[in-house]
Formats: sequence, structure tokens, C-alpha cells
Amino acid sequence: MKKTALSLLLTVCLAALAAAQGALTINAAGATFPYPIYSKWFDLYHTQHPNIQINYQSIGSGGGIRQLTAGTVDFGATDMPMNDDQIKEYQSKNGSGILHFPTVLGAVVPTYNLPKVSADLKFTQRALVGIYMGTITRWNDPEIAKANSGVSLPGDDIVVIHRSDGSGTSFIWTDFLSKASGDWKGKIGAGTSINWPVGLGGKGNEGVSGLVKQTPDSIGYVELIYALQNNIAFGLVQNSDGKFVKASLEGVMTAAAGVAKSMPDDFRVSITNAPGAAAYPISSFTWLLIPQTIKDSAKRDAIKAFLSWMLTDGQQYNEALSYAKLPKAVADKESKEIAKIQ
Amino acid sequence: MAHVITLVFAAGILLITSLLVYELWVNSHLSRAKFGWGFFWTQTWDPIFDHFGALPFIYGTVVTSIVSLLIAVPLGLAAAIFLAELAPRQLSDGVAFLIDLLAAVPSVIYGLLGIFVVVPLVRTVIGPALKMVLGGLPIFKGPNYGVGFLTAGIVLAIMVVPFIISVSREVLLTVPRDQREAALALGATRWESTWRVVVPWARTGIMGSIFLALARALGETMAVTMVIGNNPKISASLFAPGYTIAAVIANEFTEATGDVYLSALIELGLVLFLLTFILNGLARLLIVATERGGGHLT
Repeated sequence: MKKTALSLLLTVCLAALAAAQGALTINAAGATFPYPIYSKWFDLYHTQHPNIQINYQSIGSGGGIRQLTAGTVDFGATDMPMNDDQIKEYQSKNGSGILHFPTVLGAVVPTYNLPKVSADLKFTQRALVGIYMGTITRWNDPEIAKANSGVSLPGDDIVVIHRSDGSGTSFIWTDFLSKASGDWKGKIGAGTSINWPVGLGGKGNEGVSGLVKQTPDSIGYVELIYALQNNIAFGLVQNSDGKFVKASLEGVMTAAAGVAKSMPDDFRVSITNAPGAAAYPISSFTWLLIPQTIKDSAKRDAIKAFLSWMLTDGQQYNEALSYAKLPKAVADKESKEIAKIQ
Repeated sequence: MAHVITLVFAAGILLITSLLVYELWVNSHLSRAKFGWGFFWTQTWDPIFDHFGALPFIYGTVVTSIVSLLIAVPLGLAAAIFLAELAPRQLSDGVAFLIDLLAAVPSVIYGLLGIFVVVPLVRTVIGPALKMVLGGLPIFKGPNYGVGFLTAGIVLAIMVVPFIISVSREVLLTVPRDQREAALALGATRWESTWRVVVPWARTGIMGSIFLALARALGETMAVTMVIGNNPKISASLFAPGYTIAAVIANEFTEATGDVYLSALIELGLVLFLLTFILNGLARLLIVATERGGGHLT
């Protein structure tokens, strides 16, 4: 009895071991913003290819870049493209280049709490810059009022709310503000964590929207997806063509399409303030960071196959999760890029 | 044999602590080299232009801890005296059990309590009341958002009061009966015997509990970051938003991409370690001093 049980156990263990040997595990880490769609993709891909398991940890874009450079993960993900210094560091530590692959699009929207105002407010670029710099302090400032004729704005002080944690959302927001104002770019700059001139910090999209909901006369910024899924009212933003656009998946795709023609070969492009009458100005790509040289041939083939799948079949799952699809021109250009992975 | 094993374990703890300090020291060398001693009194925290300073965070950590102690110590001590001296034993044991449970609640829960209960309370009730009565003082001037040093202090006070009550009650219960009886025999009232004889006897233990509370308040991360407003500025007003060392590390560590940025955050960790070390050292000295003065630890 004991002998049979033991040999059965041994067989099961060996079988599991054999099965594990067949399975290929690929590790990835990085951005939190696209985590919902990535986890859906990796799950679906595994169902279609049971021997390939992609394990993604959403530790933040900074963490993703660091772990990729240290060689702990096979590929990374980031909301902010790697700058030249980071690429050089990767190259010197790993002896190969790094390729950026845009995956989905996201947007950031301004949300506010004005109990007596029911209309959707329109914000000019100057208004948003002024509010976040602390130069525009009251809701009835002419810069805000002139875009919202017919709406009676209170004379109360604006309570500014921003992200306290480092985040791709902050990067998109400050990138837009940097493009809208040279002053902002010179004094404050764009990044995942910045030195905010004024305002309270909330942790995560939940922290910001929670603070905005609780604090009268406040303004904050959150991811479009978060706003849509939680039915949070948000305002319109003036784009570079002068039109006021309310953020939507179409507006974000228009922004990306507008830049598609001038897309650089390394895909490291910012699409905030993109041209186009219907383009939403505070949009951005999010990227996968794939090493140009992958020594393990099994992993290399699996990653290349996944990328092809992601650019074609994968994109159909974006909208259900409120992410915008890549414009066809961009997806096609990326498909050609896959061949560069050696 | 047992002698050697216990020695090894004790040495092990010292080893782990030294390793911790060593790691903090080594990984912060970029920031230490770039900023030197200036790190302690620089007020900017700018990750884009790589300009970092610890002063607003040290200020925030110290202020929130002091505010929390100012609230928690009278409350905690009064509760402990009630439970040890005045309450019937069964009530005292029951309440003490509940308070011990409070000490075990995770800090994120206190953070949620802070956001949903304390923040609106400070914005709508406590803030205006303080402004009405003490509005002239610089610590109560300025706009009241609900989040800020005061709210963080209140939430921290709620978190550390169980420690003070629990330990102080235990210490007060160990005061020998003959001390109380001697005081009463000499004609003291119940309150006089408690306040003038029993509490001074236990003062070393009570001070120990206060420093335990302080240690928790200094290091508290999640609850504080949810209610302090996360703004690295130094203001005199308690209604203003601020930032603490633990909160900024928790918020910015995962996304810190630059090497100097990361190193500056680790140096902040080193600063917090030093702060806690110094305060605990002072605590020890104070306890030794009062013990010599007649207080008793047990």
C-alpha cells in the first residue's frame, strides 16, 4: 500500500516536472496604467498557447526600467519612454539596444468639484497651466470665465489637487502643460514625479478623485478610463487647433493618428497637444520595452509571436476595457519593427 | 551550549541592524556626495532638476508626531488611570482587551478612517471651531482643506493611544498597594493619592509607553500619506498640507528612475533611521534619569 502510494506520488511529481520543462515562462514588469489590458492579453495568449506563460508585475514604470536594465526581467513596460541616458545605461549593462513598442493609448482628464456648476467646464490651455502654477487662484478668473460664458463661476479659491505618487498619469499631464507653456517647461518640467508649485497630493487615481469629491472648489486630474468607469464628471480641454474637446476613445485615437505620419522610427513620441480638430490634447501611448538582442531563442520567438498577436488580434480587446486602439498606420509600422529583434 | 546559541541569536539581531544601516549608507552615497550636509536644510524636492532636500520631510515627521502625542498622551494617560484605579476590575480587563485589539488594526484601515471620517470632521467641525476660538494663533491661520498636519496628527493619535493606555495601565496596576494606602492614611484624597503617589511611582513605565507611541508615530506611512496632503512645504499653520519622510518614500520609490533620485530617497530613509535612533536614545537617557530620581520601571 505504502509502496504504491509512493510510486504514484513520484510519477505525479515527474510528470509535473516534465510538463514544467515544456512550459516557457517569460517575466515582465513595469507600468501600472496598462495593467488591466496587459493581464487580459497575457491570460488570453496563454489560453491560446498553453506552453507560454508571461508573468507581468505592475511595479511602476520606474521599477520596470530598473529591473530591465538589471536583467531581472525579460521585457519591461513604461508610460514614459526611456530617455537617452537610460538607453545608454541599458546598452552598457546589457550590450544590446532597446526597442519601444506602443501598445495602447490612454488619456488624462481634468475633474473638478463645483457643487453649483452643472455644465461641463471648458478649460483653455492657459487656464490649466495657470491653475497648476498657482497664478490663477480663483474660479471666476477671466481666463476660465471667458471660455465658459453663460456659466456663473464662484469667486472661491481653487484647491489644486495632483498625484503624490510617481505616475505615468502625472507625466502625461505635465508633458501637456510643458507643451502649452514654455514657462512651465523651464521652471517645472515634465515627469512622473515633479515639484508641484501648489496643491494637495492624493495617492493614485483613487486618492485624487477622493480628494476632489470631498473638497469643494477643487480641481484634479485622473485617467480617462478611471473617470469613465467611475462616472466622474470631467471638463473639456482646448486642443492645439483651438477647439474644446471632451476626452473620449475617438478623440485619443485621432490624436495618435495625427502624429502617425511623423512617427519617429524608435516610437518614442509624445502625442500630447497633437494636431487635429477632434484630437484630444492630453493623450499618450504606453510602451513595451523589448531588448533588441534576446539570447534565448525560445523566449525570443515567443516574444515576437506575442507582439504580432498583440498588434493584430490583441487590439480588439482594448475598447472593452476603455483603452483606445492603436491607429492602423502605427500598428503596421510596429509590425515591421518586430523583425529587428534578433 | 545554550549560552552560545542565545549569544549567536542576540549577535544576529545586531548584525541585521548594522547591515540595514550599511545598506542605507552605501546606497545613498550618490545623494550624499552631491548634497552633503546641505541635504538637511534644503527645502526643495525636485525630481526633474535633481535638487533634493530633507527639511520639509523632517519638519512634517516631527510636527505630526508632536501633535499626535499632544493629543494621545493626556487621553491615554487619563484612560489608563481610569482603567487601573477607578474602574471595576472586570470592566478594566474587558476594555483593555478591546484596546489591545485596536493596536493590531492595520494602518491602512486607520487611513481609510482618516479619509472618510476625520478629514470631513476637521474641514467642517474641528477646523472652524478652532478658528473661532483660537484663530489668532499662527498655528491655526490659513485655509483649511481638511487634510493637513492637524488631521495627520489626529489620525496618528488614534493609532498610538492604545499603546499608551495598554502599557501605562499595566504599569499602574503593578504599583504596590501599600503606596496608595500610605497616601490615603496620610489624609490624601483619592485623586491626590493617584496623581501624586501612584502615577509618579510608575512614571518611568509611562514615559516608556510614550516613547513607544512616538516610535510608531514617526514611522507611520500609509495612514499619514492618505491624510496629510502630500505637499513638501514648511508652514506654521496646522491646517496646511505637509509631507513626512515615510510618506514620500512610500509614494515615490517605485517610480524613481534617476540614480540620484533613488539615492536621495534612500538617504531620507537613513535620516529617518537617525531621527528614530536619536529620539529613542534620548528616551533611554530620560528613563535612566527618572529612575534615579525615584521612578520605578516595574
